[in-house]
Amino acid sequence: MLSKRIIPCLDVRDGRTTKGIKFKDNIDIGDPVEMGRFYYEAGADEIVFYDITASSDRRPIMLDVVRRVAETIFIPFSVGGGIRTLEDMRDTLLAGAEKVSVNSAAVQNPDIIRQGAEAFGSQCVVLGMDVKKVPPSSQIPSGYEIVINGGRKHMGIDALGWAKEAVRLGAGEICLNSIDADGTQEGYELELTRLISTNVPIPVIASGGAGAPEHMVDVLKTGSADAALIASMVHYGTYTIRQIKEYLQASGIKVRRTW
Amino acid sequence: MIAILDYRAGNLTSVERALNHLGFPCRITDSHEEIRKADRIIFPGVGAAGSSMANLKHLGLDVILKERLEAGTPILGICVGLQVLLDYSEENDTRCMGILPGKIRLFPSNLMDGDGKRLKIPHMGWNAVEFRLAHPVFANVAPGSEMYFVHSYYPDPADAHQVAGETEYGIRFASALAKENLVAVQFHPEKSGPPGLQILSNFCQWNGNPNPAR
Repeated sequence: MLSKRIIPCLDVRDGRTTKGIKFKDNIDIGDPVEMGRFYYEAGADEIVFYDITASSDRRPIMLDVVRRVAETIFIPFSVGGGIRTLEDMRDTLLAGAEKVSVNSAAVQNPDIIRQGAEAFGSQCVVLGMDVKKVPPSSQIPSGYEIVINGGRKHMGIDALGWAKEAVRLGAGEICLNSIDADGTQEGYELELTRLISTNVPIPVIASGGAGAPEHMVDVLKTGSADAALIASMVHYGTYTIRQIKEYLQASGIKVRRTW
Repeated sequence: MIAILDYRAGNLTSVERALNHLGFPCRITDSHEEIRKADRIIFPGVGAAGSSMANLKHLGLDVILKERLEAGTPILGICVGLQVLLDYSEENDTRCMGILPGKIRLFPSNLMDGDGKRLKIPHMGWNAVEFRLAHPVFANVAPGSEMYFVHSYYPDPADAHQVAGETEYGIRFASALAKENLVAVQFHPEKSGPPGLQILSNFCQWNGNPNPAR
């Protein structure tokens, strides 16, 4: 049976990882390529690189990172942030990424999902969704709304409706980020995750709120997620991926334990 | 030299990068001459069966592949590179190469896991492969290793003797096939971490004899 995937997420700005990642080993903690290799060897099932470079003329730096990561790690990795056009997708995939994720660019131009899926296959196209809980209304019947700009801009789009639309357009996977839970380390948004994951036929990666292995058990069981994104809980050395996987396995969740 | 067949499929470079990492000289090529001279051939692939078969025929690579198979060159098919080896694929209603008897079928949409949850299609992620044969290409893969899969169609070979490995996803399907100097896998060894690299490395040193050395 398929294993649930554990996916560390690295934020990259101007070719350097941004969070103060603490490790004892002799590695450059600011280098996304070395960090990628570290997580590859530590048992990550996949890695997400999120480019938060503000200036678009610095994008070639990220492509160089992608090329070097692809020569170093031999598991799938995806790249998000700053991907707005079919050309951006092509450049990133040719540089060696397995998948690209689009978020606000897809909200503004949903057709980018269809174009990407047609050109490269659905398996390459991940829809990133930033979602905030709101009172249910006729416009937002699920009570979960799509937001962009880190949650500052409400889009008036229902999260469940948007997820279904993205599937119709050809998205192969959804990375679902709860803006309410993000950064709290108090657990994932289980109700949201379950709502989306049980109503779309494609895999859902839960994101936002991971602080402890029991949160991951909750989101993979109760939330029905297919994969869980993690950041701080491994970046700061609080847990190793092996510790997390042993905990999940002991809780009855199938994970990949040999690598 | 190892020839990586260029039939305009996606993701040829990930196999090339893995072989570079392992130190085996390789070239992505559609040149018949170069493929004829190659010591081994890798037939990778991401894409749909219909367009893959059309490209193979257009480039004359289906003919070369059969010729090299007869000549005894070790050949490794990956993902779509496995699927088009069979007789027929339900994807795009495609007549395939007919090198291995059997069909490629779409996963049923009503598959359930042990907890009664509906399984998602594509089958995407890490899953175990239970190797059935003591085959040199699958030697030294640690027990319990999982491989990375991305596919919506699965191999249903007609000859049980050609099943080299099996995987469970709502149904049990053949995830590795082997016949003489040909090996084919539904998973992506180039994306499966150290156990996948072990399989690639084994293939790159394989002489095409399916019986393990004694």
